[in-house]
Amino acid sequence: MGALGQFLQSIPVDLLLIQTVNGIVAGMILALVASGLTLIFGIMDVVNFAHGELFMLGAYFGFVVFSATGSFWLALFGSSLIVAILGAAMQIVALRPLIGRDPLNTILVTFGVSLILQNYALWQFGPVVRKIPEPISSQFTLFYLQYPWYRILIAALSAAIIGGFWLFLKYGKFGIWIRATAQDRTMAQAMGIPVPLVYTGVFAIGAAMAAASGVLFAPMVGVSHTMGLDWVLKAFIVVVVGGMGNFGGSIAAAILISLVESYAAIWVNPSQAVIVSFVILILTLLFRPTGLFATTPR
Amino acid sequence: MTTAPLDKSRMLPGGAGLRHTAIFWIAFCLLMAALIAAPLVLSEFWRRLLTEILIWGLLAMSSDLLIGYTGMVSFGHSAFFGLGMYGAASALLIVDPPNLWLAILFGLVSAAGAALFVAYFSTRLRDIYFAITTLIFSQIFYVIIFTWTAVTGGENGLIFTRPHLSIPFLYNARFTSTTMHWFVLAIVAVSYLILRRVTQSPFGMVLQSIRENEPRTRAIGYRVERFKMVAVMLSGLFAGLAGVLYAIQNEFAAPDFVYFLTSGETVIYNVMGGIGTLVGPIVGAGFFHLMRELLSRFLGDQFPYLIPLGITFIAMIIFLPQGIMGFARRWLNE
Repeated sequence: MGALGQFLQSIPVDLLLIQTVNGIVAGMILALVASGLTLIFGIMDVVNFAHGELFMLGAYFGFVVFSATGSFWLALFGSSLIVAILGAAMQIVALRPLIGRDPLNTILVTFGVSLILQNYALWQFGPVVRKIPEPISSQFTLFYLQYPWYRILIAALSAAIIGGFWLFLKYGKFGIWIRATAQDRTMAQAMGIPVPLVYTGVFAIGAAMAAASGVLFAPMVGVSHTMGLDWVLKAFIVVVVGGMGNFGGSIAAAILISLVESYAAIWVNPSQAVIVSFVILILTLLFRPTGLFATTPR
Repeated sequence: MTTAPLDKSRMLPGGAGLRHTAIFWIAFCLLMAALIAAPLVLSEFWRRLLTEILIWGLLAMSSDLLIGYTGMVSFGHSAFFGLGMYGAASALLIVDPPNLWLAILFGLVSAAGAALFVAYFSTRLRDIYFAITTLIFSQIFYVIIFTWTAVTGGENGLIFTRPHLSIPFLYNARFTSTTMHWFVLAIVAVSYLILRRVTQSPFGMVLQSIRENEPRTRAIGYRVERFKMVAVMLSGLFAGLAGVLYAIQNEFAAPDFVYFLTSGETVIYNVMGGIGTLVGPIVGAGFFHLMRELLSRFLGDQFPYLIPLGITFIAMIIFLPQGIMGFARRWLNE
């Protein structure tokens, strides 16, 4: 009992609370990235390896628009729009010919796309880390830290985008088309839904969500051409843990994984904290392969 | 995965099969003769490139056993390759004087250890789940190697001197780039023959039937999971061997090679060359590295060669899913 008490006392409560806030903020961005990924998978059976690069390009285009106009909000919208068009083009050129083939082909093609986009970014923007300043710079006191309000704003904005998208899926005409296509492709087509258009649209929406999260995240660490790689891995983990194609599950998983990682970062080096989420993934795959948050195990 | 057509003549006894075997051995000997003679003709630079292509080819060939023959796309071969590298490096740094064969043994053992670990967990899953799991596992190894600086040298990796090429009682001399090439060629050729034998054995047939129809294979009574585990381990072993060779050729082990981009390139070699052919992946690796070399020669070092190569790769998946070898085979048949 003594040892346990000592262990409990050694847990720094203030640090734990700070890491909770950090974890939730990171989790909301991750949820935004992962919900695009899971949307694309759930509807088209496409595992989008290039999702991290869309996130990265979103941040770069955000930087470009910001440099030109000086407005963070314009950067957010402009970049999402550009990347949405890019995503649509990518779907039409590279993925449409693969419809009806084994889904494994899509992971190969999108891997190719991710190489192209990453090297394009390196070539175009160079290896220097670019900075987008925070749109609001005020801070509040969290224990001994000056915690930036901007991070809280990111979490709120990500939640708002996800919430807005959910409402759109539920009530919007195109959203209903998307859900219908996800449920039964053939039937949806028979009812007159333009399925190819839905596919392209879904890809564009997923890409835009990745880009938006890229721009939101950029002020925290800066923009570099390799930033997409970490995120695509994390998003994969989230999507598998939450259950492939399960929208709510991936949001819950994103927050869970980010929280666990930020708690682990109290004790170990942050780059090692990633291993904790790897372990969560492996355990999930072994014991609940359909995802932690699946309602009915398959 | 798109499947390569089964070579019927190989399975039939008698005339057609015999002729096919004869053609195969003649082609094999001619190609070997050309590759043995190559370093005597080529300049130092191209000699090194050719050796490197053979090593990447071995890595790609090892993953072809999974992609082409068992129908499992592995995105984690960098882990086996990297552990082969680090295993060899550890043997060369710990044991004095450095011994070539011990390096190979250490490399193979560490790659096999990693392969056992990965195989145990990942073979319970199929298709993209298998691909993602292997990818995540290779990243686990990457993070461990990258952050365990005391043992692995962290970001800088390990640097060591190349051991002598020693055949007990017969030969003992420093590696030159020519003997290095012959040594690599010998190992790759033997590995190829072993892998070819494996794919034609009853074991290989079971793997192919898993690729064609897993539930049915299980229903016939084969323990699919065991076959898959052995396949992953065998594949990991050869990938580790490629890692050992690469480490010996370049005299270093670096964490970059454990990063999943290496696995991705391995898959690219396979798809470009033609999966399910064993030779194809080597051709694919050659094609990839030659293109890369030519592109950076003509367009400058700064040019992002992966952009045109990536476009070629995507175009090949869409229009030429059998790869260069599949295309060549069809063209020859016509």
